[in-house]
Amino acid sequence: MNSATQNLASKLKTSLGRRSFLKAGAAAGGGLMINFSWGVVPTDAGDAAAGMIPDQPFELNAYLLIASSGEITAMVPNPEFGQNLMTSMPMILAEELDADWKSITAKQANYDARAYERQFTGGSQSIRRAWQSLRMAGASARHMLIQAAAQQWQVPAGEIAAKNSTLTHAKSDKQSSYGAMAAAASQMPTPAEVNLKDKNSFKLIGKSRHNQEGQKIVTGQPLFGIDYQAEGMKIAMIEHPPAFGKTIESANLDEIKKMSGIVDAFIFESMKPDYQKNYFDTNAFPRLIAIVGDKTWQVMKAKKALKAQWKDLSSRTETMNAFGREVSVTIPGGLENTTDHGKKMDQALAGKLDTLREDGDVKSAFDSAETVIERTYRAPYLAHNTLEPMNFFAQITGDGVHVAGPLQAPVFIQDTLASRLGIVKDKIHIEFTRMGGGFGRRAYSHYLVEAAVIAKQVKAPVKLIYSREDDMTMGIYRPSYTVRIKAALDKDNKLVAYHVSGVGLAEHCVHENRFPAGAVDNYLAEGKAIDSNITIGAFRAPRSNFMASAEQSFLDELAEAAGEDPIDFRLALLERAKNNPVGDNNDYDPARYAGVLKLVREKSDWDAMPNTTHKGVAAYFCHNSYAAQVITVKRREGEPKVDKVYSALDCGIVVNKDSAINMVEGAVIDGIGNALFGEMTFTNGVPDKKNFDRYRLIRMNEMPNSIDVHFVDNSIDPTGLGEPPFPPVFPALANALYQAQGERLYQQPYFKPKKPS
Amino acid sequence: MPTYTVTINEQKRNIEADADTPLLWVLRDELQLVGTKFGCGIAQCGACTVHVNGSAIRSCSFPISAIGESKVTTIEGLSENGDHPVQQAWLEYDVAQCGYCQAGQIMSAAALLAQNANPDDAAITSAMSGNICRCGTYGRIKSAIKTAAKS
Ligand code: FES
Ligand code: FES
Repeated sequence: MNSATQNLASKLKTSLGRRSFLKAGAAAGGGLMINFSWGVVPTDAGDAAAGMIPDQPFELNAYLLIASSGEITAMVPNPEFGQNLMTSMPMILAEELDADWKSITAKQANYDARAYERQFTGGSQSIRRAWQSLRMAGASARHMLIQAAAQQWQVPAGEIAAKNSTLTHAKSDKQSSYGAMAAAASQMPTPAEVNLKDKNSFKLIGKSRHNQEGQKIVTGQPLFGIDYQAEGMKIAMIEHPPAFGKTIESANLDEIKKMSGIVDAFIFESMKPDYQKNYFDTNAFPRLIAIVGDKTWQVMKAKKALKAQWKDLSSRTETMNAFGREVSVTIPGGLENTTDHGKKMDQALAGKLDTLREDGDVKSAFDSAETVIERTYRAPYLAHNTLEPMNFFAQITGDGVHVAGPLQAPVFIQDTLASRLGIVKDKIHIEFTRMGGGFGRRAYSHYLVEAAVIAKQVKAPVKLIYSREDDMTMGIYRPSYTVRIKAALDKDNKLVAYHVSGVGLAEHCVHENRFPAGAVDNYLAEGKAIDSNITIGAFRAPRSNFMASAEQSFLDELAEAAGEDPIDFRLALLERAKNNPVGDNNDYDPARYAGVLKLVREKSDWDAMPNTTHKGVAAYFCHNSYAAQVITVKRREGEPKVDKVYSALDCGIVVNKDSAINMVEGAVIDGIGNALFGEMTFTNGVPDKKNFDRYRLIRMNEMPNSIDVHFVDNSIDPTGLGEPPFPPVFPALANALYQAQGERLYQQPYFKPKKPS
Repeated sequence: MPTYTVTINEQKRNIEADADTPLLWVLRDELQLVGTKFGCGIAQCGACTVHVNGSAIRSCSFPISAIGESKVTTIEGLSENGDHPVQQAWLEYDVAQCGYCQAGQIMSAAALLAQNANPDDAAITSAMSGNICRCGTYGRIKSAIKTAAKS
């Protein structure tokens, strides 16, 4: 059924058994205060999701306040790093509330261990989780305002219209602002169930609203962690071993302490030796040198004057608490090299891997195949390179600690911090600042603990700042991967077998239930992780950010071998997965997958592009959303240059259109930049690149001439957008570069600097 | 420690700093003008861009001892009410994502327009290629500069 003609209004309960998701009351100073649960509400599909909700009363961790002045405040409990949540979340509230957009402001909530279990920005989940909560709160407030007006005016509630923060009863010519009715509304009973709007009648959602923080950004207001100031604050920097596999032995600390402006210099540990790490405690260098002083420059000079002795670490095994499961992690000793990494991955690929999924009979399918193609794809380590280097403020407060700065996942660091300082979790106060980029890096916030330990040692508030060199060489990189794919075509050029094998340091990137699983009768997915002492972590669309490259470059080559158009070839596979799927664990919706391919085909005019246009296509599914990219490449002075990009996304309902487009444009540019230039290499454990002089990032002169972004129009609740457009950029570019250069690309980065002749 | 009198955002300020202290850290640590950002410290990213006598410079690599009588303008002093045509255009296009690079981008753009009221694509690209935006907002930066040039 076409959603445009369907009525998509729905009802939502505000409680389930003993669990209530919403509580309304009078605000201090008059007005209506609605406390609501953020991230945990029943779905409008009914109580189906109830099983996922803990059967106990829980804290209402977000609020909506309508003051008698008419000012509306929404508290947004997610850290902001550029996804524009501070604007899109209030848009959802305002939609259901029928509020005047200009009267709404968003506030950033600080961290409270008990209240915000889902206070995490990452995995493109923020909007997805907040969607129902915000709609419930907005609709409830609107309901109570109307009830209050009905009682005051003695008219039926059904005759009252709410629009633009105004209540109107046309028949009796009565009118009131939300502000004037807010106190009365706070006396109304909290509705047990509220009506949500028909998604087709949204007036604000799907439109564009300006970034609420825009003015502060363009005038240079202190929004970021690195801007944090406090009375008596000292500046701290750290020095870590130059190579992975080494630790600190000693340093000329006495000389450093004598330098001008230096308060203290010492060696410290950011984790107790017996501490059991959690999944986000990744850290190659828990033993560091701290230098603390009055001024940043003096501390930087002292850091340059530091002379330290390092020693090699031997192999060790740690246990890690991976979300409640205890796993053992081997950290080899030794100084690793990029060239050895390549060999190790090839060796692993030649050996036995873990079978992740097998459908049909892969061996006989290959034995009897007409054509067999096998290719191997390689990915380097990548550094996140957020433009704001890691930093954090810390101040010991009696029996607790106040910390402030940029982080994506407070929930994962509180135990680490409590354990290291020997305090209880309740005494931790985390203040969020705006983040100067995240890309996954700030989910690993060891720097927060480092700041706190330093503050404790020097008995003063401290702002820890990483230099760019510290930031780039301390690890937590996108892993280095190798993926081998082998496929068989029958005599009608139909794909009959697909065998994907992935290895990586120190994780592989195979998602066994992703496309083309489900579309091929004989399918085998295998993977294996190889131990390394170089630390890795989540990077924009983890694992997908390389698997898309391997898979979608390979499919392009297969389509060519089959003599088919690359979009037709993919659509035929998706059609198969839709009508007659192989296996029942496939984690994608083939129709939505095909939808983005069809949309990008139409918008790029794919079929009508002249033969001389070098074009590439790719599509991928991750983080619950679907993305397809078409890229065209031109030759300029012998070098290929990206010309046009067409993006098609299916991320359900788009909340703030222009901001969504901005995010996709950013993902496209980030993808092109990393595909062409992104690479970290190692020599004897030492990262070969330390700053932007050698680590090349995309600049304005390398950006495409145009990026044309389109969204599939549907009424599915919003899904992720920060990550999904990113992975398919790499293979779309590789496929276009192949057209331009006549050579397939198997190794990232794709740009190879010309050797001086 | 030497002392300097510097003219920053049309105000004379006395500061004390080591001669080799980069202007960036004088602004951020001594004057609490933190709109100017630290990104790389080696003149590669443009996050620290300010105007010295109207020209865009990288303040992380400009020692305070070289300041002399020069006039410094930072993002905080680009306009009195945050309504410089470049700032307005930035808001119109909602350029920022994380926003960290944007003060530097705006300062580079404002210096470009002060010298070339009607820059073409090539002039914009060459003036702006020293400013990295890790979030990839280059397209909007370019559009905003063109709009600011018209006003
Ligand atoms: S901080 Fe000055 S150019 Fe990067
Ligand atoms: S907006 Fe994030 S670095 Fe430019």
